[in-house]
Amino acid sequence: MLSTPRTTVRIEPQRMLQSIHASADWVGLRVVKTTETLRGVRDQKPKANGSQVRYGAMVEVLVDGQVGYGATVDLSTKGLQVAADAAILQAHAAAAWGLYPFTDQIRPVVKGNQIAAPERALDSLSPKEINDLLIRICYTLKLSDQIIQTSATAIATQRETWFASSNGSDAYQSSASVVMDYEATAKDGLVTQRRGANGWFARAYQGGWEWLLTPQLWEEVQRTGEQAIELLTAPECPSDTRTLVLAPDQMMLQLHESVGHPLELDRILGDERNYAGGSFVQPKDFGHLNYGSPLMNVTFDPTVQGELASYGSDDTGVTARREHLVKDGVLQRGLGSVESQLRSGLPGVANARACSWNRPPIDRMANINLEPGDTSFKEMVSKIEKGVFMQANSSWSIDDQRYKFQFGCEYAQLIENGEITKTVRNPNYRSTTSDFWKSLSQVGDRSTWEMFGTPVCGKGEPNQIIWVGHASPVCAFDNIEVFGGGE
Amino acid sequence: MIFSLSTAAVASQSRTLATERLELWEQTFNRLSDALQGECRAGEHFTLSLVAEDSQFTRMNRARVRQSGQVVDGAVKLTWIANQRTCYRDLPFTGNWGEDWAAVKPALNELRQEIDQLPEDPFIVLPQRVEGSEGKSRAVYRGDLLDRDRAIAELLGPVQGLDFVGIYAAGLSVRAQSDSAGQRHWFATESFTLDYSLFDLKGQAVKGTFADRTWDSAAYKANVALAQQQLQLMDRPVKAVSKGQYRTYLAPAAMSELILMMSWSCTSEAAIRQGGSPMEQLRVGKRKLSPKFTLRENFSRGLVPQFNSDSEMAPDNLPLIERGKLVNTTINGRTAQEYDVVSNGASDSEDLRAAEVDGGDLAEADILKALDTGLYLSNLHYLNWSDRPAGRITGMTRYACFWVEQGEIVAPIHDLRFDDTLFNFWGDNLIALTQKQELVPAVDTYEHRDLGGTWTPGALIEDFTYTL
Repeated sequence: MLSTPRTTVRIEPQRMLQSIHASADWVGLRVVKTTETLRGVRDQKPKANGSQVRYGAMVEVLVDGQVGYGATVDLSTKGLQVAADAAILQAHAAAAWGLYPFTDQIRPVVKGNQIAAPERALDSLSPKEINDLLIRICYTLKLSDQIIQTSATAIATQRETWFASSNGSDAYQSSASVVMDYEATAKDGLVTQRRGANGWFARAYQGGWEWLLTPQLWEEVQRTGEQAIELLTAPECPSDTRTLVLAPDQMMLQLHESVGHPLELDRILGDERNYAGGSFVQPKDFGHLNYGSPLMNVTFDPTVQGELASYGSDDTGVTARREHLVKDGVLQRGLGSVESQLRSGLPGVANARACSWNRPPIDRMANINLEPGDTSFKEMVSKIEKGVFMQANSSWSIDDQRYKFQFGCEYAQLIENGEITKTVRNPNYRSTTSDFWKSLSQVGDRSTWEMFGTPVCGKGEPNQIIWVGHASPVCAFDNIEVFGGGE
Repeated sequence: MIFSLSTAAVASQSRTLATERLELWEQTFNRLSDALQGECRAGEHFTLSLVAEDSQFTRMNRARVRQSGQVVDGAVKLTWIANQRTCYRDLPFTGNWGEDWAAVKPALNELRQEIDQLPEDPFIVLPQRVEGSEGKSRAVYRGDLLDRDRAIAELLGPVQGLDFVGIYAAGLSVRAQSDSAGQRHWFATESFTLDYSLFDLKGQAVKGTFADRTWDSAAYKANVALAQQQLQLMDRPVKAVSKGQYRTYLAPAAMSELILMMSWSCTSEAAIRQGGSPMEQLRVGKRKLSPKFTLRENFSRGLVPQFNSDSEMAPDNLPLIERGKLVNTTINGRTAQEYDVVSNGASDSEDLRAAEVDGGDLAEADILKALDTGLYLSNLHYLNWSDRPAGRITGMTRYACFWVEQGEIVAPIHDLRFDDTLFNFWGDNLIALTQKQELVPAVDTYEHRDLGGTWTPGALIEDFTYTL
């Protein structure tokens, strides 16, 4: 069996750190190695098979209150010294222009190993077995000639991080993750509909193949193909105002865009204003703002087993803990690292994360979850006279203050007089963040709760793509503007 | 811990290092290519791609430094082909022959073991030289960038007192390609991009970009001064514009956001064939675009490499939509094999790499007069398809956007959401394009610094649809 490459590189962070000559108030070394194996099939034929191995080191130095960094792919003693010299140069050049005078308080001491071992190891399936699985998914999706394209992709990633510093940190973290995506495109004349597995690359988990090879897999694949065909003849989603019920695979996007991003303290502090944007949330809002209805309880929780962004400590060494961001509808704290907490004076979380060795840690989401309520799905629907139940994200757009949004889904069903009735296509909805969350009228119980993730959250300058997890029950929102597609 | 060099000495040293690094990278890439050629047995083929950079990244907020550092990064992707099967390894590249070969050699052995386990791939593109082509190219654009020890002072000195936020990215970028057919392409450029915003006390902002291969302090100061002038226009009371349809001017930066959507499963031949592109409607004649609208790939400006990962060279100039008609699509070798069409050297994803929209007949001085009453949009934000097969796009207005009456700017606006189809705004509703095209530089830095940008005029649109 050979699913992941055997490329070896010797990484000894303490020896590497000791080899660095740098006159600084603090020196840190973060080494990251990732091995990502991707296999993709389209229409039962191989599309991509291979592995990407990345490793490198970031040397950070603190000089006169300013952090400078030098990152290098060259892990030789010479390469690390060149990176350290670059970091020193940057710190000196920036010291007179620094935004905030930091101390080594921003890099607390962290020690020990945190190893999250998967149940079914990433190399427990051979390349042939994975290709056979993906081909079978495509075959199952191809229910008729109306299905003009099928595709299936699996990505398995092993990620290791070493962190050592002049104030005594010596830590190692290792985790595996898996992602699966499949989709069927159906076509009739110029009507085209796509249906996938919970939205684009949403089946993303920390762990091994146990998360993807579930007992329900084939039933779900079959249903995906059937629904793609069903959508071809479904009417457009109506354009009106009604109760909107969102499945967990759309709630993840809703949480991500309208709760996670606006609560990032670096956005509120202005760092991100030139790229992803700022936030409608103001520093004075923490502890006071009614973010949503009293049914709204949102946590930052990097400790959930299997959720994509779980970890023992963040990339600056801060121990990860579960925290409420919104409790009973009231805003509690932001998504801010120690650096952002010092700058803002606001409470934060352990969320200084970097996508790899070549980017500095910034404020990030990890796992952002909506806590379950006590309403069953059946009970929820029974209370709705006129509504629509939307599933699986297909389109997302929100303004730079994270306020005015418009999201689209792959599949929807009308709710009429307490019952789910007919299927509609191209479902979309739009609202503002405050109005939307204040309209939260029902929160599903644990039986409706599901966990997903996304491996592709973009942010930061220089840009970074990072992996985050989201879990939620089914939720209902009153009086939301919904509409369909077309011209 | 010892620090023995002055920062100035290190800065000078880093410039020398960049030169040495460029030479070393090219030598090592060529040596890897030669070594792999030597390893090839009968029936085996390979392609080798390199992306590398030596970059400074300085992030700024409130005219101060938030984070600053340097990144030396490289990666080679070795794609192996044998027995009608293919697989790849994408590995770190240091430029040090010993280390890099020590990574590539075992990867080759892994690929040989893996490849027999894979299904046959009917659409493999075997490396081959185009008849009459030398199969080789080499372009090296050296720049005159700011010394890394003085870049921050040079950037921030002129903007003290302003709420200046953004990213300066500068340095050496390399793209290279080789294969078992003996083709060899090398593209290296030194360049910088400064992508910034100026904010006023009310939180309103204007966007500025400044990019080149040679730093020009006077030009930088002029660029900031222009942004300051625009920011002063934001000082007027803000007008809340209701949703509806308005005559709209899209400045080049706003147009470039819409053009970027054409890279997202739009002009791609594979996307059209596989039901993912609105261009199918153009192809079958169900919808049409304005004869004023021409979109092309123009590589003649030399901002990006012309070769793709199959070592195919794109034509200097490839019209895609010409006077409103779909005349070409972006086609790579794999799509060409699958659908029996001819490749035009497109990328793996068949996206746009050198997009350019032709200019029109609207003079710069006449923009506001031609707009008369409506919205002037300098930038758009966070676009997405709201119905891709229908060509419908949603997004937000951002930065300096104004309500205009009778040719005069009246007030900045609260940001609006738009939702409209490209067959409308580049179709019957396209009133005019400006004579002047502008380069909107690519400033993304996901994984590595992007190259090039989009050349586009501004566009005057009738009845652009706003929904929130």
